[in-house]
Amino acid sequence: MNPKLSQIIAKICLGLAMLFTISILIFIIIYILFHGLPILTYQFLSSPIQEMGKKGGIFPSIVSTLYLVITSVVVATPLGVGTAVYITEYTKKNKITDIIQFGSDCLAGIPSIIYGLFGFTFFVIFLGMGWSILSGSLTLAIMMLPTIIRTSEQAIRSVPQSYRDVTYSLGGSKWQGIKNIVIPKALPGILTGVILSMGRALSETAALIFTAGMSIRTPTSIFSSGRSMAVHFYTLAREGLSLPMAYGTASVLIISILFINFISYILMNQYLKKYS
Amino acid sequence: MVKIKTVNLNLFYGSFKALSNINLDVKKNQITAFIGSSGCGKTSLLRCLNRMNDFIRGVKIEGEVLIDGKEIYKNVVDLTNLRRRIGMVFQRPNPFPLSIYDNVIYGPKVHGINHQENLMEITKKALSSVFLWRELKNKLNDSALDLSGEQQQRLCIARLLAVHAEVLLMDEPCSTLDPIATAKIEELIMELKKKYTIVIVSHNMQQAARVSDYTGFFLLGEMVEFGKTEKIFTAPKDKRTEDYITGKFG
Ligand SMILES: Nc1ncnc2c1ncn2[C@@H]1O[C@H](COP(=O)(O)OP(=O)(O)OP(=O)(O)O)[C@@H](O)[C@H]1O
Ligand SMILES: [Mg+2]
Repeated sequence: MNPKLSQIIAKICLGLAMLFTISILIFIIIYILFHGLPILTYQFLSSPIQEMGKKGGIFPSIVSTLYLVITSVVVATPLGVGTAVYITEYTKKNKITDIIQFGSDCLAGIPSIIYGLFGFTFFVIFLGMGWSILSGSLTLAIMMLPTIIRTSEQAIRSVPQSYRDVTYSLGGSKWQGIKNIVIPKALPGILTGVILSMGRALSETAALIFTAGMSIRTPTSIFSSGRSMAVHFYTLAREGLSLPMAYGTASVLIISILFINFISYILMNQYLKKYS
Repeated sequence: MVKIKTVNLNLFYGSFKALSNINLDVKKNQITAFIGSSGCGKTSLLRCLNRMNDFIRGVKIEGEVLIDGKEIYKNVVDLTNLRRRIGMVFQRPNPFPLSIYDNVIYGPKVHGINHQENLMEITKKALSSVFLWRELKNKLNDSALDLSGEQQQRLCIARLLAVHAEVLLMDEPCSTLDPIATAKIEELIMELKKKYTIVIVSHNMQQAARVSDYTGFFLLGEMVEFGKTEKIFTAPKDKRTEDYITGKFG
């Protein structure tokens, strides 16, 4: 085949793949919003869950979700970034770091229900935290760690060695270099990981049913039980309680995810403009 | 007066001997150039002088390095202070992705100077010393990455001056610059020698001949010849030096 022709064919195939992917994504979003948007009223967002979700709104789930996502991010980010900094800056690449790496990659592939079971036996029962936002958040945090560690590690490794050398050659310490230059420079990459894992927390169900419980009341603290929007959606859809309400909940979820990504995209661009 | 002295200095990367028996005197307020073909150990030697090799795994250093007569490997030394005094300029200009001002004050801040007025004074002085102040005094908050390569390299030098470095170790500081920019940096280097002791690694023999007072010629980890630059370039004692500077190999 002549190169020109094969070039054209390749381009068309790749283009079609792209078109296919994008269409599926857009189709899902439009389908859900089409069914869900009519339900989305102020009433829906601000009312308590009534009759197991057949009536009322999803206010308690919105609050639970916020609690869960914020708490888990607050727990997982310092742990994950700390681990990544330690692995990249303070240890030499050897067997042990390979094992940490391998372990963390394996953790990423474990089905969430297993995390749920672990969270249940460890946080809920053993530590006596009960079904609560706290148990749920800690379980989510463990699930988020591999992603945050992986992306932070890549971001930190991509900071040129010479920046660290400059800090040394000015008489600075390793930690000063990490704090002042390496982490700020790696921040967009680190944030990408945090946001990716926030998406995971937002959409998690299995692990949360075991750990945060299914209470339809509005949580008042991290020690209350609560059902996240994803869990609420799952219950509504699976038990056939109310499909319109399920779509309404799904729309809120999708809109939140799009919103988070949009905001982080803007922030990241501004940050990159300033720092690179 | 001798600022830096090495005595029987050997350096190993694992089992590979990268520097062999280096005996060198770097004179104060003079420019000393290291020349030699790629891989002969110039960078390795430079990094011995402020203990930057400490960070590389598997490095073993034997022999002595004396700064102002004080041995820096065997004695307990304040590494922070040592590295502050012996600053380093790298091959590729590497300003931090921060503003011009933040680049200059990075070092002083690391050393705990936080007073705004002092920092401004330091910035002015450091940028003036590298002849950037007039050009940049109204652009201190612009990103350092928007500067030209030559300005960036000047800024990197200013960054060292801001922490009162005494010695400037320059590892091929002009290798990414065009000839005009190179000439300007060379001019700056010759100006700086009034106040600082400079060691410069160069691939470019004309450059070494133009700027330096003393030259060391390196070959495969050995310092074949060391002496006054005119001597090395006009009447080298060693056949290998002669071959290198006349371009027979290298
Ligand atoms: N971190 C390291 N680990 C192992 N070997 C190294 C390391 N750094 C340098 N070497 C080796 O030591 C020798 C000297 O290297 P060095 O970088 O000092 O040479 P150089 O004269 O600066 O070369 P160039 O002109 O290319 O910069 C080379 O053979 C190099 O491969
Ligand atoms: Mg080199």
